[in-house]
Amino acid sequence: MSSSEKSPSPGLKPFTAMVRREFAGYFRTPLAYVFLAVFNAFAVSLAFFVGGLYESGIASLDRFFLYHPWLWAFLAPAAGARLWAEERRQGTIELLLTWPITVWQAALGKFLAAWLFLACALLMTVPVALTVGWLGDPDWGVIIAGYTGSLLCAGACLGIAAIASALTRSQVIAFVTGFLACFLLVLVGYGVFDELLAGLIGSAGVDEIRRLGLWRNLEPFTLGLVDVRPIAYFLSVAFAGLGLSTIIVERR
Amino acid sequence: MPLIEAKNLSKSYGAIRAVHAVSFSVDRGEVVGFLGPNGAGKSTTMKMLTGHLRADEGAAVIAGFDVADQAVQAKQHLGYSPEGAPAYGEMTVREFLRFAADLRGLADPAESVRKTLDLCRLNEVAAQTIDTLSKGYRMRVGFAQAVIHDPEVLILDEPTDGLDPNQKFEVRRILKEMAARKAVIVSTHILEEVGELCTRVIVIAKGEVRCDESRDKFLARGTDLNAVFRQLTA
Repeated sequence: MSSSEKSPSPGLKPFTAMVRREFAGYFRTPLAYVFLAVFNAFAVSLAFFVGGLYESGIASLDRFFLYHPWLWAFLAPAAGARLWAEERRQGTIELLLTWPITVWQAALGKFLAAWLFLACALLMTVPVALTVGWLGDPDWGVIIAGYTGSLLCAGACLGIAAIASALTRSQVIAFVTGFLACFLLVLVGYGVFDELLAGLIGSAGVDEIRRLGLWRNLEPFTLGLVDVRPIAYFLSVAFAGLGLSTIIVERR
Repeated sequence: MPLIEAKNLSKSYGAIRAVHAVSFSVDRGEVVGFLGPNGAGKSTTMKMLTGHLRADEGAAVIAGFDVADQAVQAKQHLGYSPEGAPAYGEMTVREFLRFAADLRGLADPAESVRKTLDLCRLNEVAAQTIDTLSKGYRMRVGFAQAVIHDPEVLILDEPTDGLDPNQKFEVRRILKEMAARKAVIVSTHILEEVGELCTRVIVIAKGEVRCDESRDKFLARGTDLNAVFRQLTA
């Protein structure tokens, strides 16, 4: 335990330690399992019972992905609420900020771990795709594109959740504010909301604003179109959220 | 070169001036008792020294590294236990220490954890989650994460707060064992601790240093340390 034992350059070790702890942190409480169960139950039942995936008679998952912005708007803030709020509540933020890791490394580690956790939730819905594959002959490329889009959408919602979590020490407040912000991005691009907005600012403005909606950006993926714009949109929201939350933590 | 340097540190919270132009330095082998009433600016000063809080003015230097400009290097030489010894309550003691060792990039983290568990006598609770520990053990876990990398600089904010006499004795024993090789700052409002543990005393009140002298000089101020303290911090 002498100072000479310290490796001269710790390299990526602190960062990977951070990712591991945060990821494992989800499974230390029953909450993770509740989360995974709820995500799956809703993802599957919305697709089959509300979206009429089976009745449609089409071997495609677009009716499954249709509800993903709603799911992520609700569940990404649930998973992301603990990112910083829990550190503040426990007082461990003071340890973290005095350990030899930069706030950026810590923030990125937390963010990636949370994203990985959301990816696990998404991965658990693969049986839905397999069912469609068993019932019909879907285009697997389109399905893989859909999953990619959904994962990116989750990252964007997580970015927003990270900001909400950095602002408070209460996970409940972090969740509610994160959810409301994501919810707004879900609403943008839905018919009823658009009409309401058009009455206020005119239809030209609405078209611009619609581009900012989650579904508008996820939709091309579900049709098998992997375009630069929606990818850039989701990644910008995700990394803007990550960056802003880091600055908030650094400034406090 | 002193291992800890506070250069003109100042910090305000809004209109409230918490710390004003605090300067001192601590050399290897010194154990500085940081005394002062509640709200005097002890914790704020420590937070600026450890890089948790950004100073409005002045600089903090740990082992030659500025905590603001060379934060990661400074923090590698620093062990810090904040007030109340916060820790990830859902982790076991062993997991938590392993995380601290990994995050510090120690060459042999498993061995560091084993030695620290021995040193802080935490073996019997190593597999328990921190949330289930008594206060005494929790404080020791906080202490353990601060010394796991055998740092040259140790800053402890009220490490004996709320401990029973046996537990206090234990923390002091460990501190004395390692003090000769380190520069240590211990904040406390237990005046008896000064005589038993410290080599030097800094008294701070209303954000300013009121007295900075050797233990013997401090103890010679009077037999009633409480009266001395009251007079210095008035």
